[in-house]
Amino acid sequence: MKNIRAVFLKQLSDTLKNKPVLIQFVLMPSIAVLLENTIKADDMPDRFFMKMFAVMFVGMAPLSCMSSLISEEKEKNTLRVLLMSNVRPAEYLIGIGSYVFVMCLGGTAVFAALGGYTGVHLAEFLIVMFLGIILSELTGAVIGVFSKNQMTAASLTVPVIMIFSFLPMIANFNKTVRTAAKVTYSQQISELINGIGTTSVSAVSLIVIALNFTLAAALFMAAYKRKGLE
Amino acid sequence: MKGSITADNVIKSFGSKTVLDGIDLDIVSGEIFGLLGPSGAGKTTLIKILTGQLRQDAGTVRIGGTDTTQFTGEDRRRFGITMDNFGLYERLNCFDNLKLFARIYGLGNKEIKAVLEKTGLSDAIKTPAGDLSKGMAGRLRLARAFMTDPDILFLDEPTSGLDPVTADSIHKMILAEKARGKTVFLTTHSMSEAEKLCDNIALLNEGRIVEYGAPAEICRRYDHQRMLRVHLYDGRDMELPYGKQSALTLADLIAEGKAETVHTTEPDLETVFMEITGKDLSA
Repeated sequence: MKNIRAVFLKQLSDTLKNKPVLIQFVLMPSIAVLLENTIKADDMPDRFFMKMFAVMFVGMAPLSCMSSLISEEKEKNTLRVLLMSNVRPAEYLIGIGSYVFVMCLGGTAVFAALGGYTGVHLAEFLIVMFLGIILSELTGAVIGVFSKNQMTAASLTVPVIMIFSFLPMIANFNKTVRTAAKVTYSQQISELINGIGTTSVSAVSLIVIALNFTLAAALFMAAYKRKGLE
Repeated sequence: MKGSITADNVIKSFGSKTVLDGIDLDIVSGEIFGLLGPSGAGKTTLIKILTGQLRQDAGTVRIGGTDTTQFTGEDRRRFGITMDNFGLYERLNCFDNLKLFARIYGLGNKEIKAVLEKTGLSDAIKTPAGDLSKGMAGRLRLARAFMTDPDILFLDEPTSGLDPVTADSIHKMILAEKARGKTVFLTTHSMSEAEKLCDNIALLNEGRIVEYGAPAEICRRYDHQRMLRVHLYDGRDMELPYGKQSALTLADLIAEGKAETVHTTEPDLETVFMEITGKDLSA
């Protein structure tokens, strides 16, 4: 616990100095606030921009932050020093993961306020967001562990973000894409958010999310076994 | 015992290439030990094995009497390591760089300030590590290694690429640690550094230790010529073989005020290494 806390606090003190990571936490919530308050159309679905950008946020921020932070520490050999200082790989990953999760809470709070959720609906929204954030973190960790340096991580992260972040957005406008995107957890997160307050929770969504989680966990284990954290 | 390092027939290969081939070491507590060898000799691999970063294929390594394969977290606290490729958190200042490790080791701000003072970084406490000069970054790495007041320091080329003044300040820190009874294991390319600091050295070549002992003793061992070189005030140089006749000649030269300097012809470590391996140590 002591080591997890140390890694978490180190990362926290780096927040304002690490602009590329910081921008990930504030970009989507800021755009959502801007668009929700400036663009109004009669035929636009309720809280359209908030829901769209919440899903994009879930598919982008935790994923790119995890891959960026892990690959940077690998590239600059600070991770090696931490491991030599008796920080276990799991402690490091939980420390970094906790930091990204906490930072994403800020964006989640903005989306929740923007959506005007209260009571049960708020709880549902938070649970769905948390599920998405954790899955994205795991996916980002796979890329971070697999990549030797930040350059490799960035080149892997961008296409993965295109799938998990942009596909649900495009799915809003294209039925074929929506059908194809259903196999991704972020599309299911999108459908769960859109379903808050209107229908019961879809078992299909939960199964797809569980399958995505299993796949990401298996990929993580494979990447870790092959590359470790060095 | 607590600062001793022993290696018994350590072998390590990467694929078909044998990088370390039967390394034996016996370093006593409180000693400064230097491992010398050209690039690719296996120095970093050996230091990684000694510090548990890498597992040897065969042989035993004991630090303070404990087999490194049995190391616990507490055992690891007993040694500090600096390696050239050990990174710093460049966006964090010196204090915050050390604060992370203080939290891991359960130390307070007092200990951080003490090591910053010890390494001469008190004035740079708020400076981001990325803005430090190479010498100051080296000192910050040393500060990190000093944090737990370890019994053993492993320093991988601690003065590589540094200016003579900064290198000298690091030499003083290393000697101060020895004076406190700490064991220092260092790798270096610098002959003068090894001669100045080390009680004992090992010359490593192609994964094998080709010489082992006190620097002066090794040099004496290879003094085949056994001559005295005398520089006279008139500018001439004379070489006198060891012996009674030369002693008398030398006594006369000194008595007559003709001899300006007298040196023995024993080789330096660089020359010894060349003689043994046919290679330049600094290559």
